[in-house]
Amino acid sequence: MVEFWAFALALSILLYVLLDGFDLGVGMLFPFARGEEERRRMLASISPVWDGNETWLIISAATLFSAFPPVFAIVLSAFYIPLFVMLAGLILRGVAFEFRYKATLSRPLWDAGFVAGSYAAAFVQGAAVGAIVEGLPIENGVFVGNGMSWVSPFAIFCGIGLCIGYALLGACWIARKSGGSLRTFGFAALPKLMAALLAFLVVVFAWSLAIRLPVLARWTERPLLLVCPLIGLAAFAVLAQAVRSRDDRFLFLGGAAIFLAAFATLAGSFLPYMLPFSLTIWEAASPTTSLAFLFWGAGIFVLPLTLAYTLIVYFVFRGKVVGERSY
Amino acid sequence: MDLTPLLLSRIQFAFTISFHIIFPAFTIGLAAWLTFLEACGLITGERIYRRLSDFWLKIFAVTFGLGVVSGIVMAFQFGTNWSELARRTGPIQGPLLGYESFTGFALEATFFGVLMFGRDRVPRWAYFLACLMVSIGTSLSAYWIMVNNSWMQYPTGYSLAANGVFIPDDWSAILFSEAVRTRFPHMVLAAYVTSAFCVAATGAWYMLRGTAVQEGRAMAVMGLRLAAILVPLQLLFGHLVGDYVHDRQPAKFAAIEGRWNDEQPASEILIAWPDPKNERNLFEIAVPYLGSIIGSMSLTAKETGLKSFAAADRPPVAIPFFAFRIMVGCGLLMLAIAWVGTWLSFGERLVKARLFLVATSLSFPLGFVATLTGWYTAEVGRQPWAVYGELRTADALTPVLTTGEVAATLTLIACIYALIFGFGALYIYRLLRAGPIPRTDISLFGTNPKRPLSLPGASPGVTGGAGIGD
Repeated sequence: MVEFWAFALALSILLYVLLDGFDLGVGMLFPFARGEEERRRMLASISPVWDGNETWLIISAATLFSAFPPVFAIVLSAFYIPLFVMLAGLILRGVAFEFRYKATLSRPLWDAGFVAGSYAAAFVQGAAVGAIVEGLPIENGVFVGNGMSWVSPFAIFCGIGLCIGYALLGACWIARKSGGSLRTFGFAALPKLMAALLAFLVVVFAWSLAIRLPVLARWTERPLLLVCPLIGLAAFAVLAQAVRSRDDRFLFLGGAAIFLAAFATLAGSFLPYMLPFSLTIWEAASPTTSLAFLFWGAGIFVLPLTLAYTLIVYFVFRGKVVGERSY
Repeated sequence: MDLTPLLLSRIQFAFTISFHIIFPAFTIGLAAWLTFLEACGLITGERIYRRLSDFWLKIFAVTFGLGVVSGIVMAFQFGTNWSELARRTGPIQGPLLGYESFTGFALEATFFGVLMFGRDRVPRWAYFLACLMVSIGTSLSAYWIMVNNSWMQYPTGYSLAANGVFIPDDWSAILFSEAVRTRFPHMVLAAYVTSAFCVAATGAWYMLRGTAVQEGRAMAVMGLRLAAILVPLQLLFGHLVGDYVHDRQPAKFAAIEGRWNDEQPASEILIAWPDPKNERNLFEIAVPYLGSIIGSMSLTAKETGLKSFAAADRPPVAIPFFAFRIMVGCGLLMLAIAWVGTWLSFGERLVKARLFLVATSLSFPLGFVATLTGWYTAEVGRQPWAVYGELRTADALTPVLTTGEVAATLTLIACIYALIFGFGALYIYRLLRAGPIPRTDISLFGTNPKRPLSLPGASPGVTGGAGIGD
């Protein structure tokens, strides 16, 4: 039961990162597009799916609260201010989608909200991962730090890194889903973003060595983990080749593979801990009565249904965005 | 009063939940109303039901979107501001609240798509079925919320672990407790009554303006007649909730009654000004014996007063006392309007009763006010406990919060909500003002519970989403 819910949680977080990652990325690239027409087409490429993507954030939060309440309590209180900033950012983004078309004079305002919301959400998520990797002050399963405990140069650097990563996914998505000048825009942005992301990953690795992150010990214990960065490098190579030959078929999959490799690396170095090195998934899990109660409805019925729903939406909206409103 | 993290967190929670409850209260009722209209249309085959249904669907879409957006902040607050509550009651509240969002996705999402985009693509009976499923879905969401809140009011079916964590050991006791059995129907009826009055008020407004008079009359008559049945039923369930509070939360009951001392037989205070400092009431108007009759259905029963509880275990008196009276006052006012309106609705008198129509058109806030004050009575009356008798609100708070942090997030949320709901209210007003004129752009207002952070509106691509519900 505990394994099932740990897996379900990991899956929904991964899906959230991959899916909302690219539409947050599009939001970050939004100000760099030329003219209203390109911007509209950028929005059109994500508007059928972006809010479905954010559903996975809600599912992750609900699963975390139900199945691993201590972690929910620790993480949400440790990132108090940044979390509210992220929520505000996500709400502003959602509102901007609809209001910018209703507004005439205030459109720059909604656009600013859209862009700022995208950056804020991405930064907070990256910084949170960084701070969790460094280790939060936890005693007896309770957070004992303060509102600024998460702030460190390393966490802030990770926040910037995730912004780059999401922007990369966003560029992949734009190049894949659109044609003409917007496709060129996506392809033009990709080499820079790839270089930046690669540099970020190298620096983060060196930095972790320099500050002797306890997580790194796992790499000597579990040499198999080295496969993950290798997959990541391979994905980089595939992506570079695709960009060079202007081939957009595997573009997004390449970007996703980089994220998958990074996610697997983190998960592999954490397990069996959920928060290194203070709470294992067994210590954090709700009692079996709770997990079973959740399993027989949400686990075997709702989760697969939502997965299927996500697949259907992406199937319906497959292919390139031709005009502003047709797919 | 000192601005502590506790006080600010409570204000923040009260603020977000007060904003939030307005929308579900409306959507639960509107979903049922749409189902009712579709059923009427199916049975009679008259076209007016179709026009009414198309019109209210647009309003439904907007309120639904606002409800989902405002609900998200709620869910996160359990961890951010009330992390001790989350840690200790997570094994019980987590699955209950989890099921609430999961149910929403499973039932509402799928059929909401049909509602928004399927009007011309599915047969009428299938469309009716989709309405019914959305209605069941919204009520089921309300069920999980009521189970969760009722467990906080009347915790049952659990044992306490050494680290203070509540372990569920009898889910059926939690799911079908005495509190749930009375409070869930009370909430659903509140939603129905609220929506019935919104419909009736809108109809009365059209009749007064002389636009869409036929539709307006249909709305007013149907809304008022529904309310004429629902309001008495609601009063009955309200009484049953009162009985459970009397037996299980005596301190809350005493606060609602404004009763300081044990009395036998007890009188019923109609109105007074509670003076907590001196533990007495000023300007009290009371009816002898009535307190025992209401509390215990007897002329001689002893009723407990607040002084029987240690000062630290008493809820504040003024809020439950006044909120309860406002709620009951709204209820009685709605009963009067509904019954007079129903009486006028037979024959052609309604359209001539201008004064009554003015009153009806202004009556739309009554249901919302009653719902809100009812919740204030329940929630403030539960204090000083988060989980009644087991976990104090002060101990449920995230221990490491500072005043500055909570003040910052409270300000942030207040600004964002003001922005969103300002525009949301403007949308709804525009839709209402436009009236039930046949239109083809309904799908522009589509939103979807699978898309939790989106507001309904005309973004590019939403029309393209028509394929989702197929």
